[in-house]
Amino acid sequence: MTTSVNHADIYKLARHYRFQWEDAQQCYVLLFPEGMIKLNGGAGEVIKRVDGNKTVGDVVQELEATFPDVPDIQKDILAMFDLAVEKAWLEKIE
Amino acid sequence: MTQASLGESVVQKVVHAQNNGVDASKTHTQPLWLLAEVTYRCPLHCAFCYNPTDYDKHTKNELTTEQWIDALRDARKLGALQLGISGGEPLLRDDIEDIVIEARKLGYYSNLITSGVGLTEKRITAFKEGGLDHIQLSMHDITEEINNFITNTKTFELKKKVAAMIKNHGYPMVLNVVIHRYNIGHIKEILEMAEALGADYVELANTQYYGWSLINRNQLMPTKEQIDHAETVTNEFRAKVGKKMQIFFVVPDYFSDRPKKCMNGWGEVFMIVTANGDVLPCHSARVLPNMQFPNVKERGLEWAWKDSPAFNKYRGDDWMKSPCRTCPEKEKDLGGCRCQAFMLTGDAEIADPVCSLSPHHHVIEKAIEDSKNPQLQAQPIVFRTDKNSKKFVNDELPELIKEFHALP
Repeated sequence: MTTSVNHADIYKLARHYRFQWEDAQQCYVLLFPEGMIKLNGGAGEVIKRVDGNKTVGDVVQELEATFPDVPDIQKDILAMFDLAVEKAWLEKIE
Repeated sequence: MTQASLGESVVQKVVHAQNNGVDASKTHTQPLWLLAEVTYRCPLHCAFCYNPTDYDKHTKNELTTEQWIDALRDARKLGALQLGISGGEPLLRDDIEDIVIEARKLGYYSNLITSGVGLTEKRITAFKEGGLDHIQLSMHDITEEINNFITNTKTFELKKKVAAMIKNHGYPMVLNVVIHRYNIGHIKEILEMAEALGADYVELANTQYYGWSLINRNQLMPTKEQIDHAETVTNEFRAKVGKKMQIFFVVPDYFSDRPKKCMNGWGEVFMIVTANGDVLPCHSARVLPNMQFPNVKERGLEWAWKDSPAFNKYRGDDWMKSPCRTCPEKEKDLGGCRCQAFMLTGDAEIADPVCSLSPHHHVIEKAIEDSKNPQLQAQPIVFRTDKNSKKFVNDELPELIKEFHALP
């Protein structure tokens, strides 16, 4: 699959976005002006690790280690990054 | 205050984010959005305001700071995440700083929805320190004349100053522009102004006809051609400006074939607490007949949301009549807006007349025709003022409301 995201890239949460765990919904959410996204389990695990320091590759490695039974997890992670970048939830650190 | 939180744009932004359809309703709804209409007092007199025309009844019995903080706490327990602090003009209260601090402590993403009148360096600094997440500023036009005309105030220069202040304090710049006949020809210039101000989000909210805007419908409604053109211009600008400025164009429902999924469904994700403590599933719900809305002064928000007859009345689709009941599209729009159905037809449980399948669709067609009638267009605008509101309360303007089934 084609992706705009490279392993060496570093992302952080876009300005004005907040990421937090919600007890009432039992999921992670992204909050931003005029909107919110409820993240499913996998998406939450990805965004949780995006901190402006780790590379995409680091995130993939961590998740592969945490969820060794999930087949082809890297593909899902990169797809999640693609979506998050496309939606402007994440900003690339240049 | 503005129409921002009224329109579909806000609702749709929740919808695409998650699975909030009817299926998930009835037992598992959560009031993700809490709109606190903290006061109906307002220094502006906008002709398109959606606030109730009889708001003057609710300007002297506002909730106290403590009551607001209790409401915030209760709603948060129910799952509320996004908080809109609106009005009227919320800055007319001097306790917004306290409300903001509490909202941050509770974990809300909070938004001050303001005309900018009353925003000072001192207050914005306190909001920033208190943890207010963003400020949505209403703008009206690129021209001083139209800004001042439609708001019936001299606020044009002030708004530009406030926009700069918001930006300087590191806030995302969220502009809301209500679109009507007087500014629809200036969409490109309005977007250029937004870009020049460094706006991150712009909502072009076509006027929807509730409250004062319903009274002034003939004077405000643009033509279909104007709206189509405005949308084309918006799309071109969006393509040019890219991701740095997100532009939402809220399509006016009168010119759609199908109604909006009003509030994303009755009692699905939105809860509004009004200045006097009424708890509503939508801004204008008080126009509906035979409904007793809960009030935070009487029972808590949990009861209001989960158990009150008012919040349960139009959840799901059991209440629907023909043609909605058997319509294959019923889950898409849930039959539209209950308030609009009642206001324009006298029956709250039939299809929103905006729908071309509604047997009452002719009332919308007539409204569109009327708005092209030069004689009706020339009637004076009734601005949102305390004086005019008192006249509506005292039934002194019967001519203006005779075609509606409740006081807008």
